[in-house]
Amino acid sequence: MSSEAQHVALSLQDHLPVLQVLIPFLAGPLIVLLGSRTLAWPVAFIASFAAFVCSGLLLSQVMNGGFISYHIGGWAPPLGIEYRVDAANALVLLLISGISTVVLPFAKPSVADEIPQRHHTLFYATFMLCLTGLLGVVITGDAFNVFVFLEISSLSTYVLVAKGASKDRRALSAAYDYLIMGTIGATFFVIGLGLLYMATGTLNMADMADRIAALGTNRTVQAGFAFIIIGMGLKAAMFPLHHWLPNAYNYAPSAVTAFLAATATKAAIYVMLRFMFSVFQPDFVLDMGATWIIGLLAVIAMFVASFIAVFQNNFKRMLAYSSIAQIGYMLLGISMFNLNGLTATMVHLFNHGITKAALFMAVGALVLRTGTTFYDRIAGMGRVMPFTGAAVVVGGLSLIGVPGTAGFISKWVLVQAAFDNGWWWMALAIMASSLLAVIYVWRIVEALYLHAPNPEAEHQEAPLMMLGPIWIMAGACVWFGFDTELTLGTARTAAEALLAGSAGMAEIPTAAMH
Amino acid sequence: MRHHLILRVITKLLVGAIILFAFYVQFHGDFSPGGGFQAGVIMAVAFILYGLVFGVAQVQRVFPPWLVHKLLALGVLIYAGTGVWNMLLGYEFLHYGSFAPHHMSHGQHSGILYVEVGVGITVTGVMVAIFYAFAGRRPQLGDDDW
Amino acid sequence: MEFILGHLNYWFVIVLMMTGLYIVISRGNLVKKIVGLNVFQVSVFMLYISIGKVTGGTAPIFPTDLQGKIQIDPTIVYSNPLPHVLILTAIVVGIATTSLGLALIVRIREEYNTIEEQDILDQDAATAHAENLAHGDAMGGRA
Repeated sequence: MSSEAQHVALSLQDHLPVLQVLIPFLAGPLIVLLGSRTLAWPVAFIASFAAFVCSGLLLSQVMNGGFISYHIGGWAPPLGIEYRVDAANALVLLLISGISTVVLPFAKPSVADEIPQRHHTLFYATFMLCLTGLLGVVITGDAFNVFVFLEISSLSTYVLVAKGASKDRRALSAAYDYLIMGTIGATFFVIGLGLLYMATGTLNMADMADRIAALGTNRTVQAGFAFIIIGMGLKAAMFPLHHWLPNAYNYAPSAVTAFLAATATKAAIYVMLRFMFSVFQPDFVLDMGATWIIGLLAVIAMFVASFIAVFQNNFKRMLAYSSIAQIGYMLLGISMFNLNGLTATMVHLFNHGITKAALFMAVGALVLRTGTTFYDRIAGMGRVMPFTGAAVVVGGLSLIGVPGTAGFISKWVLVQAAFDNGWWWMALAIMASSLLAVIYVWRIVEALYLHAPNPEAEHQEAPLMMLGPIWIMAGACVWFGFDTELTLGTARTAAEALLAGSAGMAEIPTAAMH
Repeated sequence: MRHHLILRVITKLLVGAIILFAFYVQFHGDFSPGGGFQAGVIMAVAFILYGLVFGVAQVQRVFPPWLVHKLLALGVLIYAGTGVWNMLLGYEFLHYGSFAPHHMSHGQHSGILYVEVGVGITVTGVMVAIFYAFAGRRPQLGDDDW
Repeated sequence: MEFILGHLNYWFVIVLMMTGLYIVISRGNLVKKIVGLNVFQVSVFMLYISIGKVTGGTAPIFPTDLQGKIQIDPTIVYSNPLPHVLILTAIVVGIATTSLGLALIVRIREEYNTIEEQDILDQDAATAHAENLAHGDAMGGRA
């Protein structure tokens, strides 16, 4: 390590923001270069775990406010690309890298079961690229960089979804649909960015925010806002734009579904939040009337998607529809437009991520033993696989929002936010849609426990390699139902910073500022 | 395309020139339009042309698919590795100036050169890999159906 | 007239954009959908590149003298190179999307033996119908 007289060498800690993205990014090509089936999984797991450690360290630095800025290539923003970590994205980074670290051990037996052996190496490489993309989308402070990382994650997601084709050929048409919709969404996002660039002449988000604040609003900025929200809405499966989601989640390999359901839409929701509040100022969003539109769509999503979920005959598909409904809650939090509402969005983003990861991994364990996810085929498996069944119950309770689970915390804050606005009827609507969740969760519990076990299935508990990750996530559902210091505390810091717009944040100094 | 003598002769003449031109575009990218992207595509075109005229099996003897996969991963690693090297020198990721701390613009030049080599290798690999992926599928038309 | 000619690049972009989007939505052939998607993306490339043009601007390369020193002449107007760089990235992304889409179509053709969306929907609907007969009815979306 050489250091010049005037240049203070950067320490490992200063490099954390870039290492966060770089480690999984290096792991992808490294897996291909090694080309070994036995080495692919360990490399992927180590990289994912290292990314998890990075995000934990980053979160501990920014939990109480402030942000860290990292200048790629030493070019200072607004000209250079900046990675910017604050409480809001540190929480999402922790979620994404944490989920991937937990899902990977689960993926090993699941992928061995569901994907032909010759695809395994490339599967893990693609998985790493997807992780890179999602982390990059969240960490970057440069608007165009968001698009690049978004496409890295999306393209690898299409591939991962299509890998389900060896079990069901409909994975291919699902992946194709997702590709068309996802590309339209991403292109809308780029159009929005282009319009913003025309209006402001910059691509750095913080700089863009300052200039929009200084210039005031005009029609170019408004059109850009609309394009960005629609584009991200497509990626986040906002209600009328959700058509790609049920098929993609249903036919993708179990491990992929568990990872995507817990992270991909969440990253899109985060980008939406970031643009609405940090780039466009909160007042601008209110003027546009965006909160009403988003709120209305959110409420429709909560009811319609939950209602459809009730009438499914397939566990995985039911969870996919439930995801659309839960995204409705997050959007509802945004539309409340107060501190509690945004806190609820951030907390629900995290809590729903771990809940869905637990549930979809449990689905994967059921697929391993029964080969399918239809209710009549997994009937009675709760008795044969007690630990998997119990995890489904815990996850289901968290999905409903029963006190003592993570899901309760976020719904509680959401209801509080509704009362803060004096929308008591909205609180009732949240309760009512939770009742729908009770029905669809009950249907799966009934199928798992109140029937005689399916005689055709393999009557054996899932392997420990699967049970461990499932119970880490199920345990997290309970843990974060009691200990809200990490989730609620960070989310509140994040919400305060978001509501303040781009102002009122202090940078945490790094060792070398040059 | 056994019968197309002109195509085969012209191809053999052109392939070498195309590869040479690819290297020119690659290494002249600092001073004139060009760089890794363009050079990579031009390089790949040489292999694709050869594959189109003499058949995929022939070109795969020169440039086997496993090598293509390794190369496209290697290029990305060269790019990212340059950045890691900068980090080891105590500067930011991809801060090329660190290669020559006393003369930052020289460092920029060498940094760009390393990175473009990585880009060139990857783009060559990707383009050829795409060609192989599509051309390697079951042919609908036999050689004699033309 | 000023309104039309002054915004000529935007009109082209809008026409291309709508053409592309219309093809994606209306065509049943999967390959044609990809073509539409490409037209749609190209319209955005045009939008970016056209805004990088500065009236009277030249290529943004600083001339150097014989010693290699950069000569900056403040009277010369340069075009904005940034949108071009951005679009270079976007083009690469577009190529990746296109090739992945085509690869998916190849696989779909192998599995379904067709690339017409309606045929695929029919086959999927038949599969879903068979599943519902076997496992009990479900609602919502095409299966």
